Amino acid sequence: MADAKVIPFDDDRSRARRRPARADGETAAVRALPGPQEPEPPAFPGAEEPAAPVAPGPPAARGDWERRLAGGLAFLRRRITGEYEVDEFGYDEELTDQVLMSLLRPLYEKYFRVEVKGVENIPDKGGALIVANHSGTLPLDGLMMQVAVHDHHPAGRHLRLLAADLVFVLPVVNELARKAGHTLACAEDAERLLRAGEVVGVMPEGFKGLGKPFGERYKLQRFGRGGFVSTALRAGVPIVPCSIVGAEEMYPMVGNARTLARILGLPYFPLTPTFPWLGPLGALPLPTKWTIQFGEPIPTDSYAPEAAEDPMLMFNLTDQVREQIQHTLYKLLVQRRSVFF
Amino acid sequence: MGKVVLVTGAARHLGGRFVRRIQRDPEVDRVIAVDAVEPVHPLGAADFVRVDIRRPEVAKVLAEHDVDTVVHLDVTGTALGGGGRTSVKETNVIGTMQLLGACQKSPRIARLVVKSTTSVYGSAPRDPAVFTETTPAKALPSGGFAKDAVEVEGYVRGFARRRPDVAVCVLRFANILGPRIDSPLTEYLALPVLPTVLGYDPRLQFVHEDDVIDVLRLAAHEPRRATQNSGTFNVAGDGVLLLSQCARRLGRPTVPVLLPAVTWVGTALRTVGITDFAPEQIRLLTHGRVVSTVHTREVFGFSPRHTTAEAFADFARSRGRGLLPPEALAGAVDRLAARVAPGAPSGASTVHDGA
Repeated sequence: MADAKVIPFDDDRSRARRRPARADGETAAVRALPGPQEPEPPAFPGAEEPAAPVAPGPPAARGDWERRLAGGLAFLRRRITGEYEVDEFGYDEELTDQVLMSLLRPLYEKYFRVEVKGVENIPDKGGALIVANHSGTLPLDGLMMQVAVHDHHPAGRHLRLLAADLVFVLPVVNELARKAGHTLACAEDAERLLRAGEVVGVMPEGFKGLGKPFGERYKLQRFGRGGFVSTALRAGVPIVPCSIVGAEEMYPMVGNARTLARILGLPYFPLTPTFPWLGPLGALPLPTKWTIQFGEPIPTDSYAPEAAEDPMLMFNLTDQVREQIQHTLYKLLVQRRSVFF
Repeated sequence: MGKVVLVTGAARHLGGRFVRRIQRDPEVDRVIAVDAVEPVHPLGAADFVRVDIRRPEVAKVLAEHDVDTVVHLDVTGTALGGGGRTSVKETNVIGTMQLLGACQKSPRIARLVVKSTTSVYGSAPRDPAVFTETTPAKALPSGGFAKDAVEVEGYVRGFARRRPDVAVCVLRFANILGPRIDSPLTEYLALPVLPTVLGYDPRLQFVHEDDVIDVLRLAAHEPRRATQNSGTFNVAGDGVLLLSQCARRLGRPTVPVLLPAVTWVGTALRTVGITDFAPEQIRLLTHGRVVSTVHTREVFGFSPRHTTAEAFADFARSRGRGLLPPEALAGAVDRLAARVAPGAPSGASTVHDGA
């Protein structure tokens, strides 16, 4: 296992060393930087082309502004009279779309500059289980994955994350998590969501992955007990592996204050180069550049229903998913120019 | 020959309504209404027998009237006309034991329906979001009505084991709401300002009292074709309301309070005797509870006519206007919209449509 981790890393480093020579040093790197951003500005006016010629003078702009204001007031009206719907998990779709996603979007677009690949691997219809690596001390990777699916999926699917029980114990956090569509990571909830045809996101590494030391970055931890595979099998939905690069470096966890964690009832208490030494300022994540890659879906509908009871098959499938995520992680790491760009 | 139905808890609003309704069913010959106190409402043609189900006399009533169906509604959270928690608990637990003992000795009993509550599932942050009839509770209710209900269900299971010839139906009701229902939750919702737990917005489910009567009737009769009415079933309206939504729809402002303070104030108020706000109620209003009604729908063949939102709307209509009536707030927003964006094309028109 350890060998399997070391070899690709060496591979990664050698290729990384090779690349600058090929790319003609710094100038290329600088030129390459706006590369992924360049297609975006043309895409934007392109999308708004029909609207742009209509807005030469102030009246049209005013109409647009008024429409937005009226929309905002209609939203306010629904909210203060309580006339909105939540599902049985407490998911408030309207609040998520209009408010929570808008709050996360600057972090997603401007701060971490997330690049999304393979979002079309998430099916347009029906349930799917997205399995991702977990890292970064704070579970921001899950939230960024949610924004990625929400903003980029062609069918406008909503990701329903499965969260640790700690989330639902904490005040305020549990309320927001439920409203954003998250629910407790247990087989019952996952299966209920998948059977309802939702896209469910799970991070089977849990706190082991989230709170692993910086030195072990991008080394996948044990995938729980593989419960997610049997849930997907029982619901007959495909498993979409997802690899997230960039979250590991946002809070480089160099130490863990175990005693303090135990006193506070937390799974770990991170010590980073800045936290808690700089106080609240130290809690600011580093502006790393993120890539989220959704991989080829692994179909599960070919298995018989009783296959979910076969531990050997579960272990094999769990390993397959894990390998695929790990492999994609290495591939993305090789392609990455720098942690911050 | 028709059925003879015995209904306990007839002096309560729900019991009274059920007694009046079931006697109109053609299969029913006679209805024996039982309670420890005289009912204030009429019971129609039913025979009222004043007997305390905590006493063994209830066995005589069963034998005397040749009762074949028992509907046990006297499992409740609040005392009728005074009496503290002790007497409520005794009626719930000892009363059920006596009643079941009497039933066990009666050879004619063919059907038993017991009113229970979804609070047997408890409310904990580590529970799955939706409870099914088979979900075991992570934390068993530690006291109050919920614990009574757990114990009652335990005795009913024991009875069902000893008398397999009797069809036993346990109905777990979500919070029952209706214009005339009195429960700790309706008492809470009647407060002018609702104290809530800071940082928690519980999911709540309600069932309308009309649906309660309907489902009790279904359970008391022979099962309809292709359905089965013995077993344990959750009864709740479709959909979910958050407490914040309830408060807004009622037009009552909320005051978020820290959880330790809520517990402390609740204990203080209970000691003084102002309210009977049990810790399980606080847990419900912290973590919420949602049950699945799929089993009830598919096996029992019952779908409530009122959704959770409709049941709540009916309840809200029966209560006075709150301090912040939703109509007034909506009107204020509409006036604002009319002022700031008078000629706004599409968005504003939807606003006016909604008004």
